[in-house]
Amino acid sequence: MNYSVGIDLGSTTTKAVILDEDGKVLGRGITNSRSNYEVACDVAVSEALVDARFALVSSSLGRAGLTETERDAALADLELRFREQQYRAQLRAFEERVDALPDVTRSGNGLASALGEMKERLDDAATKLFAPGATRASDFFRDLLASQYHPFAEEIAKERNVDFNRLLGVFDKAILQVENLPPDTTSFSSHLGAAIASLADANPALGEAAAAAAAVPMDQVASVGTGYGRATLPFPKEQIRSEILCHGLGAHAMYEHTRTVLDIGGQDTKAIQVDEHGIVTSFQMNDRCAAGCGRYLGYIADEMNLAVQELGPLACKSTRAVRINSTCTVFAGAELRERLSLGEKREDILAGLHRAIILRAMSLLARSGGITEEFTWTGGVANNPAAVRALRELVKENYGLEHINISPNSIYTGALGAALFAWRERHRKPVAEEVMS
Amino acid sequence: MTLMPGQTAAAPPPAHKDDSQLRQKRMIGEHYDRLANSPRTGEKCVYTFVPGNLTELVRSFDLLPVLPEINALQSAMRGKSREYIALAEKAGHSEDVCTYVKCDLGMMKSGNIGPTGKYLPNPDLLLLSYTGCFTFMKWFEILKQEYRAPVAMLHVPYQGDGVITDSMREYVVKQLKEKVIPKLEEISGRRYDEDRLREMLARSAQAEDDLVAVLESAKHRPSPIDAYFGGVYYIGPIFTAFRGTQDAVEYYRLLRSEVEERVRRKLGPVTPDGEMKEEKFRIVVEGPPNWTDFRAFWKMFVDEGAVVVASTYTKVGGVYDTGFRHDPDRPLETLADYCMGCYTNMNLPSRVDMLTRYVQQYDADGLLINSIKSCNSFSAGQLMMLREVENRTGRPGGFIESDLVDPRYFSASNIKNRLESYFQMIEQKRSGVGA
Repeated sequence: MNYSVGIDLGSTTTKAVILDEDGKVLGRGITNSRSNYEVACDVAVSEALVDARFALVSSSLGRAGLTETERDAALADLELRFREQQYRAQLRAFEERVDALPDVTRSGNGLASALGEMKERLDDAATKLFAPGATRASDFFRDLLASQYHPFAEEIAKERNVDFNRLLGVFDKAILQVENLPPDTTSFSSHLGAAIASLADANPALGEAAAAAAAVPMDQVASVGTGYGRATLPFPKEQIRSEILCHGLGAHAMYEHTRTVLDIGGQDTKAIQVDEHGIVTSFQMNDRCAAGCGRYLGYIADEMNLAVQELGPLACKSTRAVRINSTCTVFAGAELRERLSLGEKREDILAGLHRAIILRAMSLLARSGGITEEFTWTGGVANNPAAVRALRELVKENYGLEHINISPNSIYTGALGAALFAWRERHRKPVAEEVMS
Repeated sequence: MTLMPGQTAAAPPPAHKDDSQLRQKRMIGEHYDRLANSPRTGEKCVYTFVPGNLTELVRSFDLLPVLPEINALQSAMRGKSREYIALAEKAGHSEDVCTYVKCDLGMMKSGNIGPTGKYLPNPDLLLLSYTGCFTFMKWFEILKQEYRAPVAMLHVPYQGDGVITDSMREYVVKQLKEKVIPKLEEISGRRYDEDRLREMLARSAQAEDDLVAVLESAKHRPSPIDAYFGGVYYIGPIFTAFRGTQDAVEYYRLLRSEVEERVRRKLGPVTPDGEMKEEKFRIVVEGPPNWTDFRAFWKMFVDEGAVVVASTYTKVGGVYDTGFRHDPDRPLETLADYCMGCYTNMNLPSRVDMLTRYVQQYDADGLLINSIKSCNSFSAGQLMMLREVENRTGRPGGFIESDLVDPRYFSASNIKNRLESYFQMIEQKRSGVGA
């Protein structure tokens, strides 16, 4: 199967979207951006291919007569087991790197045996991590592993009288090596096979559908890269597009009547105006300062010792948002601590911080020409319920608009736009003729 | 104005220079030598600003003009502005103050070494021609304290209604007669010589004709010049110490002949990295350039095949392309008209008219604004101007932000990112199918 791919290499995450020859989305993949951009791109694409193959499994199951509910249930189970297999394979790679670290091989038995203990605990914990209904802080290996390794390191350091910082140092060194390994593109079948084998009561049709999906050859025929790291993408210049254009086109593909797009990314916020074809007519971006972007939330999460995903739900519990006027991320951190010391509730402070971010975005929106018609919000922060609530309030207050388009796949908007540019380049179709699902 | 392209950490190859550039370099070198030698020769100097400068009048008294803005931007190109600004901040000037001012003060506190590496004399007079920039007034207020030098203030009425009236003109002429000329007589010890002034004004008009021909050559395709990055070199002599001199007449004659030759041969602009081969985008730019990373900034345009075909910055020291010429028959009146006509003294609707005209007459792809962090005088109203020009021309606008001479505010990757996005937006709009 031929596919066109768009890759959005952002400051925090790298996203890939692949399209089939009809311009329909086949799969989406995401990973954390890392020091090796090329690997980040490869991992994102391989994840999108995994997603595409799962979609093929789903189609096969449909053809085998399973209802949509049955298919969804079968796939959810399968995907969870598959992710466990993937995690375990990466965990093995991590452990091999740990064993080979000179600090570990050189040191006395203390560190090595503590790490042996760590290995056992991590292996045991993997089952719990992927148990049905278990919550995971993130889907990225680094975050998943850290969420297990760090608490264990604390316990083991105490129990065995080993330096906690040395255990952390081992994690930092080994994870860096594992993250920079190219993805194992040959492992899909084996992981999938193992996943099916681990399912107690797997649907008989599943094995056949999975084997068929794994056997489909996938050939990349066009690619376009975008995002902050686009200059470093392993693509020629003509295959690189600005993220402004990609977000504009991606938002248009998701909601074709969109005229204004707001994207809040890791380190920049963009307010974009597009025409009826998704062509950008004007844009504004934050300059000089990244306060009010996704990283701001990351910083606040660190300050509060929370995962970034936990901020929004906590802030939504607020009944009285604290007014935060800080325009600087670091100052906001100081204000946060000050407010906490004054006894303000965490949720109220967080609600205020979310509103502060959105107020900055509102200024950019105004500068780009405001909202006159349909409005779409894209980027990772659009998944944060407290940010959504603040934006809805402010958009209604300022422009009288009740409805905001927010796709569950909003984080992939830039990659979708890039994939469309790649697909169009291959097919050279004018905009008006294109139909996106 | 800017003879030495900025030195960057990456040590780029030596910049290409035309004969006219070499000639300009010589002129400026000689001028700074005269200034450096003035304590021995007894020549006196007048500090003044580019917009509304009265160079012919100053030189008719054999006084030497010094332009602190030019020294500041030259310091930035020489990589000295960071330390100068730090010195000024140490002396109590806040981060938000115009960085030209801080750079100038820092240079003074470091021994007043000018752009050519030679000593700059203290001012015998601070001639404050006030044309739309309030900071000018505060700047010379500070210099008055620092140098203990007298100030002659010329209040130039703002073109609030977009026109110059007879009473406005009379108001300026009266000040020239009653305040400025007597002060220049006092400092120089010479009588006002109107015939001499007329001769200089006639030479100004000659050079202005040639400058306009050079700037308007950008209407050709390909444009033989870059009217912003190259333009700041072209306006150098006429905006600073040389308007009204024979040197300026000859410089502009030479420059015009070089540019006309490029038009004849259908050549693109000369950039520090050689001749530009392909003109993909034609842009009008509003706002001053960044000087700390001037060459890198220009290269961001060159790499994308973007040529600036018209700019407002090249009108700050005089708007000549709407027909104004210094008129030797009305010496003081013409100086008044010149001062009131400078770009910084024009109201926002007139600026929008000018930008719209540029986009249309130069057949540009759009208007790009370089908004300057520490210059409120330029920045105020720029987004309104952008929207209005977009509406009137139907061509897309772009907006980037940097600073004049504070290197802390030139974020290369951000600016490059926005520029690339802007050029791709033009391309996408042009093709209508997402390029």
